[in-house]
Amino acid sequence: MIAVKATLLRDLTLLLRRRGEILNPLVFFALVITLFPMAISPDPALLAIIAPGLLWVAALLAALLSLDSLFRSDYDDGSLEQLLLAPHSLAALSLAKVAVHWLLTGLPLALIAPLLGVMLSLPTGSYAVLALSLALGSASLSLIGAIGAALTVGLARGGVLLSLLVLPLTIPVLIFGVGAVQAAIVGSGVAAHLAILGALLAASLMLAPWAIAASLRISING
Amino acid sequence: MWAFIHKLGSPRWFYGMSAKMQPWFWAAAVLLLVVGSLWGLAFAPADYQQGNSFRIIYVHVPAAFLAQSIFIAMAVSGLVFMVWKIKVADMAATVMAPFGAVMTFVALFSGAVWGVPTWGTWWMWDARLTSMLILLFLYIGVIALRSAFTRRDSGSRAASVLTMVGVINIPIIKYSVDWWYTLHQTASFTLTSRPTMPTQMWLPLVIMLLGFYCFFIAITLMRTRSEILRREASKRWVQELLTDPMLSTATKKAR
Repeated sequence: MIAVKATLLRDLTLLLRRRGEILNPLVFFALVITLFPMAISPDPALLAIIAPGLLWVAALLAALLSLDSLFRSDYDDGSLEQLLLAPHSLAALSLAKVAVHWLLTGLPLALIAPLLGVMLSLPTGSYAVLALSLALGSASLSLIGAIGAALTVGLARGGVLLSLLVLPLTIPVLIFGVGAVQAAIVGSGVAAHLAILGALLAASLMLAPWAIAASLRISING
Repeated sequence: MWAFIHKLGSPRWFYGMSAKMQPWFWAAAVLLLVVGSLWGLAFAPADYQQGNSFRIIYVHVPAAFLAQSIFIAMAVSGLVFMVWKIKVADMAATVMAPFGAVMTFVALFSGAVWGVPTWGTWWMWDARLTSMLILLFLYIGVIALRSAFTRRDSGSRAASVLTMVGVINIPIIKYSVDWWYTLHQTASFTLTSRPTMPTQMWLPLVIMLLGFYCFFIAITLMRTRSEILRREASKRWVQELLTDPMLSTATKKAR
């Protein structure tokens, strides 16, 4: 438990010292959202219809983009090997790393999403659900994505491969995340969608750490 | 029983045993596929709504069944490889992946062709088509990950982990896509309930299904054998086998 806390604090400090890396996914998110009105149409009525999907897909891609660096620097400087050698459960330690990733990527994405929602003229009344669904969903994305990141960390050019591996697995999260926002717009029950997002998170919390640990062992031991 | 399974783990023993099993599966596959396709394409009655276009079912359904079964077979092989370090299991998983991807593509393509006369369009974002497409991406991911590693053993283990993660996700993806949207008819063919099709139509389908499975087993055995030869090329028994094929068949017969 102390080791988990230490890993958490270490990763948090490291990332907070490099603020640029936290900002990059957020700027990417805002940029992608800016592209859509230019590419499709600035018509508010049309944008309002596609806004939930756009916001979710852009947030998904932004979260994915930041995943490559999740284990990269630790792999390069050898501290990942020390984590493997540590007499603690690697699954628990990697869970701490994923938690930091979510705190500094998923959560900020969820927090700025309503702002971008205003710009896409997302109907009022769905902003809280948008933020909540993104916060819940991005936690699952971090967990699932970390498996892919752990599998590709040893490869020189793992970036594109990482997206290829992770994107198909994130489809359920996307479906129920967008579903929650759309349900909020229509005014039907949101709870069911959020409950399923929560269930997906619970399942990935339970299973993903073991897969991440196994993948890290493969990547390190060569 | 256990001794048999343990022996299967030895590439050399597997090579010898599969040589005996292979012809039977090839013969069964050819027989079943010829009978099934002749019966299905020429003699089964035409559907009263879809006419003759329904005959695509005799390729579409077996390919779709195989596409899903092969991924599960790969996951089981991956588990066996990871837990018991049995190399033959990984060799089988390696050769199964491209075949599974091809079957997924065949199912998608035949579905698209079937869509033209029935739905009036090549592609529809319907639940089953979409989850098949995602399955194809999963196959491609496994193949790409395996080949991305320079060390074969790391690639094998990484691919095994990804296959197992994928197999847990497949039902979740399937149900969420189903929930998302459905236009496709519900399954008209299940193992548990009586078929809604007339016997004349579903019997050839069963034959085709069995034929596809036999074909899958036969081709997996064949390709696993060549994979064994490739990976064990430095072993003495392989070199003996390659330098003097006559002798090795003679000694095999003597045993």
